[in-house]
Amino acid sequence: MALIITEEQKMLRDSAAELLKVKAPVSEMRALRDAGYKNYSNNLWDEMTALGWTALTVPESYNGLNFGFVGLGQILEQTGRNLSKSPLISSILLGASALRLSDNEKLKTSYFPGVINGSTLLTLAIQEGKYHQVTSFKTKATLKGENYILNGSKSMVIDGTSASHFIVVAKTDKEINLFLVDALSKGVSISKNVLMDAGTYADVNFDNVSVNTNNKLNLNQDGRIMLEKLMAIAYSGLSAELLGICQQAFDMTIQYLKERSQFGVIIGTYQALQHRAAGLFSEIELCKSIVLKALQAVDENEPNILYYAHLAKAKLGKTAKIVTNEAIQMHGGIGVTDDADIGFYLKRARVAQQLFGDYNYHLDQLSLIKGY
Amino acid sequence: MKELTDFRIQTRAWLEANCPESMRQPVKDPFDLYWGGRSATFKSEDQKKWFNKMLEKKWVVPYWETKYGGGGLTPEENNILTQEMTRLGCRKPLYSFGISMLGPALLKFATEEQKAHYLPQIIEGKIWWCQGYSEPNSGSDLASLQTKAIDKGDHFEITGSKVWTSYADKSDWIFCLVRTDFEATKHTGISFVLIDMASKGVSTRPIKLISGKSPFCETFFDGVKVPKENLIGTLNEGWNIAKFLLTHERQMIGGIGETDVRKKVHKVALENLPINAQGLINDGVIRSQISNFEMDEEIFDLTIQRITDESKTGNNSGALSSFFKFYGTELNIARQELLMSTRGTDALIWEENEKSDGDLARKFCRSKGNSIEGGTSEIQLNIISKLILGLPTK
Repeated sequence: MALIITEEQKMLRDSAAELLKVKAPVSEMRALRDAGYKNYSNNLWDEMTALGWTALTVPESYNGLNFGFVGLGQILEQTGRNLSKSPLISSILLGASALRLSDNEKLKTSYFPGVINGSTLLTLAIQEGKYHQVTSFKTKATLKGENYILNGSKSMVIDGTSASHFIVVAKTDKEINLFLVDALSKGVSISKNVLMDAGTYADVNFDNVSVNTNNKLNLNQDGRIMLEKLMAIAYSGLSAELLGICQQAFDMTIQYLKERSQFGVIIGTYQALQHRAAGLFSEIELCKSIVLKALQAVDENEPNILYYAHLAKAKLGKTAKIVTNEAIQMHGGIGVTDDADIGFYLKRARVAQQLFGDYNYHLDQLSLIKGY
Repeated sequence: MKELTDFRIQTRAWLEANCPESMRQPVKDPFDLYWGGRSATFKSEDQKKWFNKMLEKKWVVPYWETKYGGGGLTPEENNILTQEMTRLGCRKPLYSFGISMLGPALLKFATEEQKAHYLPQIIEGKIWWCQGYSEPNSGSDLASLQTKAIDKGDHFEITGSKVWTSYADKSDWIFCLVRTDFEATKHTGISFVLIDMASKGVSTRPIKLISGKSPFCETFFDGVKVPKENLIGTLNEGWNIAKFLLTHERQMIGGIGETDVRKKVHKVALENLPINAQGLINDGVIRSQISNFEMDEEIFDLTIQRITDESKTGNNSGALSSFFKFYGTELNIARQELLMSTRGTDALIWEENEKSDGDLARKFCRSKGNSIEGGTSEIQLNIISKLILGLPTK
């Protein structure tokens, strides 16, 4: 399969770029922050829903568009470029994908409509403590009659304060299971964390929360395998966002190098800066390839999707750090002021590279997969 | 799609039937490769057989037009052939700067008569070509070259010297950049000529490198007579050909179109470094360095694929060859550095013994040239800055 995007995917990318540039540019993100760290604007979410972005990865049998993850990746790249805030990551990349991977037909039929029309806001509760992990966690689900009783604490739940439902990863004895839990359930307590990207995340505690057995996402499939696929989607999608962040921070920096004068010359004429810029350009070229490959692997349901997803998140995590650090340095004094937008890219990059595992985590996984 | 699948199946079967086993093994010594030429000698019967089979099949240069003796394959078919050759580890039947460098320049700039004359000879391996670009005082600043071609009516008289001419001492002909206008600015007085190395006044001297024996030479021209019909393209416009050719050279050095499969660094590491109880490399520092390297190596390969795919739809910039050259050579240098670390003190062995063939230390030394030859990494970064990023020059 050719490593390029199709005409339809290109059109989606271009229309996303146009919309977000007008409706959700960085200034909008700044306004949301200044309004008390609001997570997103309802108007934008309505617009995204009307455009079908919430249905993009939903199968046709549930009235979705089944357009694929390369398509969703094009949008996430543009949200990265504009730092546009929306529940696309929590509810669509993570939530809708968990539903998609589920074999619980009843659950899919009852929840996909709300996900598509934007009224149901899903998010994933997986991490415990301060590091990303997939299979070693404590949250427990104990079967009691018709219900599972959930006990445990999850952290870094994206949009956890505004979500209507959590997809909770929990263990029954040794098996890994995923449950769909109403945020208003008795025993759920949510505490808010504002992070450096001005986003709100939640620590969610489950204290004897009762969940009907019908709300288990993996009925006749191994939850561990389902979770691995979901993680591959999460890593690839976040990598697409990071790619957008890298490209925009880089473009802004190149523009600055062409405008700023010191010692009577444009600073972009200095070879010391040119060579660093050309090096960053090269790293971003690599990033484009692996993000597309990882997303294509998800769409093609390739056996090694997790491998490509680790490659993507490792490379993008590393590059996003380098690019945004250099972007600040090359902007000089203005780069460290709150007035300049470039700082927002540094801060969002820090969060996105840490979410679902940073460069070190994914690099380690890559070595383990290859057996060294 | 169906046709391509059939082509792949047939290609695989044909290669399996016709490529001798010994031609599927990596070469120990680059001098063992077949380069053709007037005084060509095959190193083995298998080598001869393999070349003749490929020649008969028209696959020595599978993607050139059939009228010049090429195979006339489409880019898709040629990709498949390259992939299948890589899969089986088949060596190229003929190593030739005629194929990789002069040929593309002739196809773009030569007259029909010149193409019909030179291209079939390249395919048949009759002429061993070398390249005369750099001069002792013109390295990174190639366009400042001073080898003179004086107009003597029906011929040029050429005087000067070239350096880094690979295999000049074995070559039959040289394609050469010479100065034909001494008044013009440095880029506008250069011409591209073909010179028979057997001409009176041509001499060569081999260059020994820090890695030992090398194919590089110095080449001297002392009043060499070159017929005017050996000029390619327009007089004084040779710099355009030079730039075009450098693009090809940079892609080649960057590793595009390579068919040899290189052993993964982590496999070498597992065979050499201490392993812990979990079967993993005990030293976490080198483990993460290897992992980072293999991450970049794998993604660089994907990037070659992506940009090749994009260029089929017409979305490509020639300046990207500078990115390939820069990144590909830096990766190889990093690879040699890591291999040196994984092999410990055995890596230092210079003369072959029972512990080592002394290859690694030499390859490490040789890799130092990768970021210099074909335009230094710094020159490539200059080109990226100027032509891709549009950064201003003073």
